[in-house]
Amino acid sequence: MEVRVQNIRKEFARFPALDNVSLDIPSGELIALLGPSGSGKTTLLRLVAGLESPTGGTIFFGDDDASKKTVQERNIGFVFQHYALFRHMTVLDNVAFGLKVRTAKRRPPAAEIRRRALDLLDLVQLSGLEKRYPAQLSGGQRQRVALARAMAVEPNVLLLDEPFGALDAQVRKELRRWLREIHDRTGHTTIFVTHDQEEALELADRVVVMSKGTIEQVGSPDEIYDHPVSPFVYGFIGQSNCLDVTLANGEIWLEDRPIGLRAANEPDGPATLYFRPHDVELIDGCGGCLAGLVTASRRVAGTRHLELELGRTHPRVEIELPPERAAFADHTRIAFRPTRWKLFQKGERRITAREEVVVPELEATGT
Amino acid sequence: MAHDASSTLVTTATSETRLSRGILTAVALGFVLLFLLLPLATVFIEAFRKGPAEFFAALRDPETFSAIRLTLLVAGIAVPLNLVFGVAAAWAIAKFEFKGKAFLTTLIDLPFSVSPVISGLVFVLLFSSQSMLGPLLQSYDIQILFAVPGLVLATVFVTFPFVARELIPLMQEQGTADEEAALSLGATGWQTFWHVTLPNIKWGLLYGVLLCNARAMGEFGAVSVVSGHIRGQTNTMPLQVEILYNEYNFVAAFAVAALLALLALVTLVLKTALELRYSDEIAASRRH
Repeated sequence: MEVRVQNIRKEFARFPALDNVSLDIPSGELIALLGPSGSGKTTLLRLVAGLESPTGGTIFFGDDDASKKTVQERNIGFVFQHYALFRHMTVLDNVAFGLKVRTAKRRPPAAEIRRRALDLLDLVQLSGLEKRYPAQLSGGQRQRVALARAMAVEPNVLLLDEPFGALDAQVRKELRRWLREIHDRTGHTTIFVTHDQEEALELADRVVVMSKGTIEQVGSPDEIYDHPVSPFVYGFIGQSNCLDVTLANGEIWLEDRPIGLRAANEPDGPATLYFRPHDVELIDGCGGCLAGLVTASRRVAGTRHLELELGRTHPRVEIELPPERAAFADHTRIAFRPTRWKLFQKGERRITAREEVVVPELEATGT
Repeated sequence: MAHDASSTLVTTATSETRLSRGILTAVALGFVLLFLLLPLATVFIEAFRKGPAEFFAALRDPETFSAIRLTLLVAGIAVPLNLVFGVAAAWAIAKFEFKGKAFLTTLIDLPFSVSPVISGLVFVLLFSSQSMLGPLLQSYDIQILFAVPGLVLATVFVTFPFVARELIPLMQEQGTADEEAALSLGATGWQTFWHVTLPNIKWGLLYGVLLCNARAMGEFGAVSVVSGHIRGQTNTMPLQVEILYNEYNFVAAFAVAALLALLALVTLVLKTALELRYSDEIAASRRH
């Protein structure tokens, strides 16, 4: 079912946890709320569920105003980070709970409840474990029971709060892939909260990046990674370098040297330059480039990571190069230039320069 | 070899030498023997000094019998009341945030920190004929002091914290996720309490009720102040023990004392038996 969040505000003891957040989620989408702790992502999820009530704003399920309904009336499925399975019930009873507590009029017959619970256990690949108690299951199995339990009520929307947060890395990866499969098969509108960007980028149709109670950016994983719209998103998603630069006459300067990048339509003044470690090219000579001393060099799988010092007042910069092009000893001076980068004006959150891709001047070098 | 070495030498930071282990164990056992088992045994030995016939005759005495009945009645009213209150208070404190929560938590402990005699005195001051409430109650012919209502009130007051104290840490540790899960699945508040909360706390609740019951039956100080010691009417078992003892009727005094001690022992045995029987389930409800 389609979910629309409109101008939602939530304050805890006058501290704003969410500030005027709006978000449209089309039916059947798998969407991730991503952000550091305290960004309001879990609060937003709990507001959609009805486990919290908003200070202001409305939430629509389809055309229904859900924000006036109780959590029971919203018919949602909620999966908790620590499973929250009913420990005194068997796996089967856990999954069947949502159907069993219905009023006599809406409750399916006992045999039907049992059949549906068993079907769901089959879907989450736990057939044969229906008589076990939660304490007798592994973490990954428990979370799958929790998901089956949430799906048993045929929810309007499935809400997952850091569903894999308590699991170890291996199980996490497995369950991630598996959740995607389940979603593709069942087609539930699904919102999940995570602080793990890899999880969000890999799993979700769209990612909502949140920070300090507001939405920074909404987009597909590719958009979020390749076209971050704010310094926060640039810094939060993936690796990035940031440098304090000055803009003068359309040229970008690092202290007293131009670095060979142009931002023609921007006003002069201080700004911050962002670029990713792998979006750089080495250049010979330096008629406009970034130059620094190599202070550390690490081989990480298929690439070599170099740490560069551009000057005492600047933070170190990290770049990634193919290993054969980067056999540098310490304290070698190298020159490079970002190939994809972004400029944000100082003191303002909003983007002030579009991304510009510099076409390498010496394209043939090195091949 | 390795096993021998580990039993004689200090092999880890937390293991002691055989000597100090022996001393510590002996001190603990000696204490239990001297201060717990010996007095308990004395009670039973004294009670049966003149044989079982005297023992049972002492219990069949009408005044003693009425004291036993009264104790059961008072505990039978006070314990359920504190059960309901304890669950409600623990629920409120563990699952909600509200103003005055810390104050309420402290207040629940009040009966523990106040001397039972004062607890009794409070009710005397509240309901006696010189008090504000006294004449009002008298005009409606309601007897509180020196009657069953007074005994129940004093007992409820003294045993107030047992159930709540047992449940609050347990419920706080369990958090609200289980309840939220039940609500999100469409359960009503009552269904959530009955099918989720209550099963989660049942062992703590049982333990709290057993403790509460033991104290309710054994309470002396507060009950003594409000009882008025009317023989055959307002004497509970502990009060009856004192009266019989002061009358040098030792066999009868110890017979009633033995019965009281037996009730406590049965309570403890019951608790241990339940813990053994359901140890897996109890362990499972602690962790998750």
